[in-house]
This record gives sequence, structure tokens and C-alpha cells, in this order.
Amino acid sequence: MLKRVNRSLSEVLYNEKTDKQFIYAVARIRSKELALLSKADIDQLMGCKTEKECLRLLADKGWGIDDTESSEQMLTTEREKTWELLADLVEDMSVFNTFLYGNDFHNLKAAIKQVYKDTKLSNIFLSNNTIDPDLIVKAVTERDFSILPEHMRQVAKEAYEIQLHTGDSQLCDIVIDKAALESIYSHGKASGDELLSHYVELKVAIANINIAIRSVKTGKDKEFLQRALVKCESLDIEKLTECALNGMDFIYDYLSTTVYFDGVSALKESPQAFECWCDNLIIEYIKPQKYNPFTLSPLAAYLLARENEIKTVRILLSGKRNDISDELIRERLREMYV
Amino acid sequence: MKVNLNDFGIVLAVIGATLAALIPGIASAKAVSKGGIAGAGVITEDPSLFGKVLILQLLPGTQGIYGLLIAFITFSQIGVLGGSGDISFAKGLLYFAACMPMIIVGYSSAIRQSNASIASMGVVAKKPDQFGKAMIFPAMVETYAILALLISMLAVNGISGLNI
Repeated sequence: MLKRVNRSLSEVLYNEKTDKQFIYAVARIRSKELALLSKADIDQLMGCKTEKECLRLLADKGWGIDDTESSEQMLTTEREKTWELLADLVEDMSVFNTFLYGNDFHNLKAAIKQVYKDTKLSNIFLSNNTIDPDLIVKAVTERDFSILPEHMRQVAKEAYEIQLHTGDSQLCDIVIDKAALESIYSHGKASGDELLSHYVELKVAIANINIAIRSVKTGKDKEFLQRALVKCESLDIEKLTECALNGMDFIYDYLSTTVYFDGVSALKESPQAFECWCDNLIIEYIKPQKYNPFTLSPLAAYLLARENEIKTVRILLSGKRNDISDELIRERLREMYV
Repeated sequence: MKVNLNDFGIVLAVIGATLAALIPGIASAKAVSKGGIAGAGVITEDPSLFGKVLILQLLPGTQGIYGLLIAFITFSQIGVLGGSGDISFAKGLLYFAACMPMIIVGYSSAIRQSNASIASMGVVAKKPDQFGKAMIFPAMVETYAILALLISMLAVNGISGLNI
């Protein structure tokens, strides 16, 4: 009897360990990585004269469904393809909640605005989420927030009341954004996956830096900063708040003493340059996952690589559409994963 | 009732031989299973890689065979497969010890070889023409399984000639 229990336990442990290693999924991802756009592909796209030419080239590389799609349709299709693949690879999609929570909280914002304005707009909700947007709308409409998952319940109530009583959409958004970042952070840290844990650290720290910079530019007070900034390990929020209240140079000085010292020059250059630096930092961090045959990390890295690829192509297509010089487009282009 | 310790010589030898078949066998089954899972992932995207992936999957399967071989030789030497089963306690203990390299190294090398095989499948998935190089990495782990097989085999054969 004891032996049987022991055997069952070891079988369960073995299966669990195998599942956590995502062996099948990572092996498939290795093949899929071949189809990711490389720097050479981006150079080829840059060589195209018009947006249409770029779209044709992308269609030749298997992007979109056919070459009759618009650029935005093509990019949406590519994002959907990525999520379909991931859904095919893992049984439990909750491992990707770190990447999905952002969409849930976006949908909460949209639902609150929709109910507040008493209008019905189409296409305001994002797909690839963990909570059905209809459920969020129902919760907001009926003011029954108990039907929402625990991590969203309190913030949904608070944000809705702020919107309803003050009409301050910005404050409503800040409250939701903070809750979104906190949920993403806690899920990433609790995942036990090194890449996810580091990714959420970067994401929250970058968001905090952006909030601090914008608050200096718009002259926000301490209360605003305390409401918006999210605690993380790599930045001292109290110190960042203090610096943001004193001015931009104080933020630069403080960041120079942190692990984000490299980003200060990009911050001084422009917000776009800093955004580009942040994206490149994430790509640099995930690059070693190309050689990792186990765990969730290579899957998360693939997802981030695809998002980065889609963002890069969007910048490139938009530049070509608006006849922006190649030099200026190149400045905005991100590093590629492969 | 007086217990004769020498009666347990055969018991120890049989335990050693059984474990030699059992432990590397279990490890190989786990390892080949893991390789199969990774192989299935590669084949889903490119079925033409089946032959290459199959070789990588089967590499960690050899430890089970080596364990079986040691068990077979030990059973032959101690008379389980025919002959006299009169083994002293000391000799039984020596047979048990002789099986240990295959038991321990067989287990750990199979598991580690499967990890190397899976990593090599990643190489094959991306660069099928590099299969030869990719196969070398898991094959290197085999060296230690072969060394363990060799020492266990020499020890089991040598013990039979000892007069103890």
C-alpha cells in the first residue's frame, strides 16, 4: 500500500516536473523561431520604397492571411497567430497571465468609460485576456464587483466610484494602471520563472521611471506620485518620488546610481529614445533563451520577441506610410531577437 | 536456530543484479520519454527531421541495455541461470558492489544524456545540416555509461575467480 502511494507520488512528481519543463513546447518554439524576422529582414523591409511593397514582402514571409490585408489587420493577425500557437503549446494558459493581465485592466478602463458615458462602442475591448470583457461590463453596469476575480474586485469598485463621483478619467486610469502593474508584478514574481520575474521587474521599473518623468513635465504633486508609482525591488519609490518633486536632473542623478544608469542618456535624448532603450534592454535580456531547451522562459521570450517584432514592423510601416526619412525610421527600430 | 551469514551471499548478489537492470532501465525509460516529447515538438513543425530526431531520442536508451547486460552476466556468474548458487556472504557483497557503478552511473548519465539530447534537438530543429555536431554532445555523456559498464563487467567477471 505504502509502495503504491510512493509510486503514484513519484509518477505525479515526474509528470509535474516534465510539464514544468515545457519540453514539447520549447522544441516547437525552436522551429518557430526560424520564422522570426532577423535584422537582415528588417533591412530588406527598409529597402522597400512604399508601405505596400513592405506588406507584400511580409506576406511573402508568411505574415497575415493574404496580401490584401491592411497593415493593421496584418499586425493583428500576427498577434492572434502568436496567441493561438501558445494556446496550442500549453494546456494551462494561466502561465501567461503576466502578459494577459494588462489587457484585462485595459478592458476594465474601457468598460467603466462605456458605462459612465452610457454608450456602446465596438472594438474597444482587447482579446487575449483572462476575464471575459462581457463579465467586466456586467460587473460595472450592475455595480456587482464580486463577480470579478479577487485581484480586480477592489480596484474596479474604486475606479468606478472615482469616475462616477469626480468624472476624473485620468485619476480613474491611474488607479487602474497601478493595479494592473501590481497584478503583473505579483504574478511574475510568484511564477517561479526567472525570466518572468526579471521581466516584471523591468516592466514595473520602466513604468515608474516614465511616470516620474511625466509627472515632472506636467507638474504633478506628491499625492499623484504616491498613487501612481508601484513598489519594485530595483527602484526605491520613496526616493524616486522625492527626486520627481525636485526636478528632472534629480531623477537623472538617482537613476545613475541604479541598474538603469545606461538609460539616462536615452532619457535625456527623448521619450522615444528611452522607450526604444527599454525595449532593447528586454530583448537583450531574453536573448539567451534561444539556447535554453527547458522551462517556460523560452516560450515567454518568444512571445516578447513576437511583440517586439510586431512593434518594430508597425513603426517601419508607419514611417513608410508617412514618407518619413529612412534615417529617422532606423532610429526608432528595435533590436531583433534573432 | 543458528543463522548462517553465507546463506545471504546469493541474496546480496541477486539484489545487485536486479538493481542493475532496474535502475538504469527506469532512467532510460524516463530519458527516452523526455526525448520523445521534445522530438514530437520538432516533428510537429518539420516531419522531415524524424530520422535525426529519433537517433537523438534513442541515445539515452543504451543505459537500460547496459544495466540488463550486467544483470545477465551477474545472474550467470552466481548460478541463477544455471549451475551452483553457492555464494559466500563476502562474495555476494562483492557482486553487489560490482553492480553499483552501472546502477548509479547508469541512472545519472541517462537523465543527463536526455537533457543534452533535447538541447541538440533544438539545434537540429533550427539547423538540420548541423546534426552531426549536435549528436556529439549527448554522445559524449555515453562515455561515462560505457566506463561504468566496463568496470562493472570486469568486476563481476573477476569476482567469480576469487576464492572467498
